[in-house]
Amino acid sequence: MNAFKKAVAAAVVAALVPAFAAAQEAPLKIGVVSFLSGAAAGPFGVPARNSAEIMFEMLNAGKVPAPYATKGFGGALLHMNLVDESGGTTTQVTEFRNMVQRDNVDMVIGYISSGSCLGIAPVAEELKKLTVFFDCGTPRIFEERGYKYVFRTAATATMDSVGAALYVRDLRKGKIKTIAGINQNYAWGQDSWSDFEASMKQLEPGVKVATSQMPKLFAGQYNAEISTVLAAKADVVHSSFWDGDLEALILQGGPRGLFKHRTVILTTGETAMYKLAGSIPDGVVIGARGPYGPYAPNNELNKWFSKTFQDRYGVPPNYAAYHMAQAILGTKAAWEKALAANGGKRPSQDQVIAAFEHLTFESPAGKVEMAIGAGHQAITETAYGVTRKVHGKMTVANVKRYPAEMVNPPDGVKAADWIASGFKKK
Amino acid sequence: MRRDLTPRTLALIVAAILAAGPFAPQWTVFLLTVALAKGLVVLGLMILLRCGLVSFGQALYYCIGAYAAGLLGLRYEVSGVFTLMLAGMLASGATAFVLGFLLARYRSIFFGLLSLAISMILYGLLVKTEALGSSDGFNLLPSTLAGFRPADAWVRYMVLAVAVVVAFVAALLVNRYLKTPLGRLAPAIKDNEIRVEYMGASARHAIHVKYVIAAALAGLGGALAATTVGHIDPEMAYWTTSGEFIFITILAGTGNVIAPFLGALIFGIIQSVAFDISPNTWQMVLGSSLLVVIVFLPNGLWSLFSRGKAS
Repeated sequence: MNAFKKAVAAAVVAALVPAFAAAQEAPLKIGVVSFLSGAAAGPFGVPARNSAEIMFEMLNAGKVPAPYATKGFGGALLHMNLVDESGGTTTQVTEFRNMVQRDNVDMVIGYISSGSCLGIAPVAEELKKLTVFFDCGTPRIFEERGYKYVFRTAATATMDSVGAALYVRDLRKGKIKTIAGINQNYAWGQDSWSDFEASMKQLEPGVKVATSQMPKLFAGQYNAEISTVLAAKADVVHSSFWDGDLEALILQGGPRGLFKHRTVILTTGETAMYKLAGSIPDGVVIGARGPYGPYAPNNELNKWFSKTFQDRYGVPPNYAAYHMAQAILGTKAAWEKALAANGGKRPSQDQVIAAFEHLTFESPAGKVEMAIGAGHQAITETAYGVTRKVHGKMTVANVKRYPAEMVNPPDGVKAADWIASGFKKK
Repeated sequence: MRRDLTPRTLALIVAAILAAGPFAPQWTVFLLTVALAKGLVVLGLMILLRCGLVSFGQALYYCIGAYAAGLLGLRYEVSGVFTLMLAGMLASGATAFVLGFLLARYRSIFFGLLSLAISMILYGLLVKTEALGSSDGFNLLPSTLAGFRPADAWVRYMVLAVAVVVAFVAALLVNRYLKTPLGRLAPAIKDNEIRVEYMGASARHAIHVKYVIAAALAGLGGALAATTVGHIDPEMAYWTTSGEFIFITILAGTGNVIAPFLGALIFGIIQSVAFDISPNTWQMVLGSSLLVVIVFLPNGLWSLFSRGKAS
């Protein structure tokens, strides 16, 4: 009988301990998805993962500057459930379901590829799980349908192309007669070019397209395309090449004078500007997909973020790293707003979502507004500048900033329609 | 002659899955449905492999099946699961019938590389097609069964049930086919094609038929995968997708029509576990497990089951 009593007591204690621990402040399990292998891992996936690791660690230690000084999310510590984004959409949808239904994550932050984002969004909706896209660029996500559980804390790729067009217009006012493009033949390259071309035609009526080169993704050799672009004698050359392709373009185009006689705009040039500082001449227009890296504002949050990242990984954070930090801090802001609205009690997912919609929050890149996509899609300002070496060090000069409303469509208007309407405000 | 136990075993497995489905965790239901879709493709590869042909481009038909299903939804708002699968199967089968005239003339590495080349052509074309979302692909309509869509909690089970029934019928038919004279020709073609011709059978005709059957199965699997996942993109035609199917074929072995489905399920489980425990090196876990199977079970996982019977 005594043994039986002991067993009962043990069972009661065993049942109570987890319940008690839960009442304390259960940690938040967050699925983090980023490319850890494949072509996009080096330039984007790994910097983003590194950024997530720093943010999780520093948030849990309460070392992030104001307004994010509370530990974790409103005191609840964060636990990362890291997943690789490679393997195709079928694998990604499977792993998303595993995270939500097997590992019971509280939310998911991730996805670099627009294809992944398009595939995951309806699944997030089906499983009713808060999902924050941090980097993917296609505006199609919130244009094709509305989502309750899906948010994106980075601006769409439309902003990059519209900003690029505005900048070259301002740089060479009235002198642009012809434009040319060299972009990779897949969704990102096609969309970047078509938005840029449409924007230029609005900003400089009568501008002609000299040539649009669309080489295969990761082709590696671009001499034929460079020849065609050089022969076309365009005033402006636009390229959305990234990583290895971008480096190849710079290394192959540089000696042939591609960057000397015309205005070349590299919309993701920031990822290569330090590495290839010796090969990029002065005067090349460089973008960072928003106010990131060299264009990030000089605020406390950015000083802390870029220093912490640089100290740990030996390189400055690129825009993918900024995007990840932005997503984590945005979700934290929404969570804590919901916490306050709930009288300090742990908010439900629906309360976090309500707080997230139309939220404005601070990130290392400045102000982020969840202004479009019915409050689920962020807009930010953007900036462009030209390269200038100062004492052998690569810097950007002639920086121009464009406010968020100027480079992003208003709520409820499709990006392409907005550009075609002459950037009409609602 | 020994009685063929396969149909009965298959029926038991199907009944077990249908009965356990409503109680299984949702993520396992999804994993199983994807495994069935891939299993259908591998079933086709098995037919080809039995006559010594390895297709490095089966993703071509997987992708055609998926896009046929996706386009029906996109253009004509068709969302019935069976209609989509039928469309996928027919589109792939018809393409294979035409391409078969070319491919049935080639053997070994030439067959493999030619099929790879054709699948990469489709990939290239789809990536250039901006109207279909280029490399980002597009989403399918939520699938329905005879115009009806159950509540969210039951959608997964519905798709699983459909997949199980379709896979069951396909496996039974293939099992039957392997016992017909044309089906039995496969090992003979593999061993000595000249002798097959001397016997009066046409190897090229037999291979053409097998090629169309394999493609139809891949199209069926592609359409099923598309309705299950809800999104399609050109990567379905990429060579890594074909590689995955070959991987599963080697893992499973060609001993029985159940093997492809078992192989696909085990592949799915290993991949998911690898993703979970080592996100940075999951490919290594997957590769090592294949190596282990090749070294210890050269005839694939199925040899675990058939070994006892053979002796």
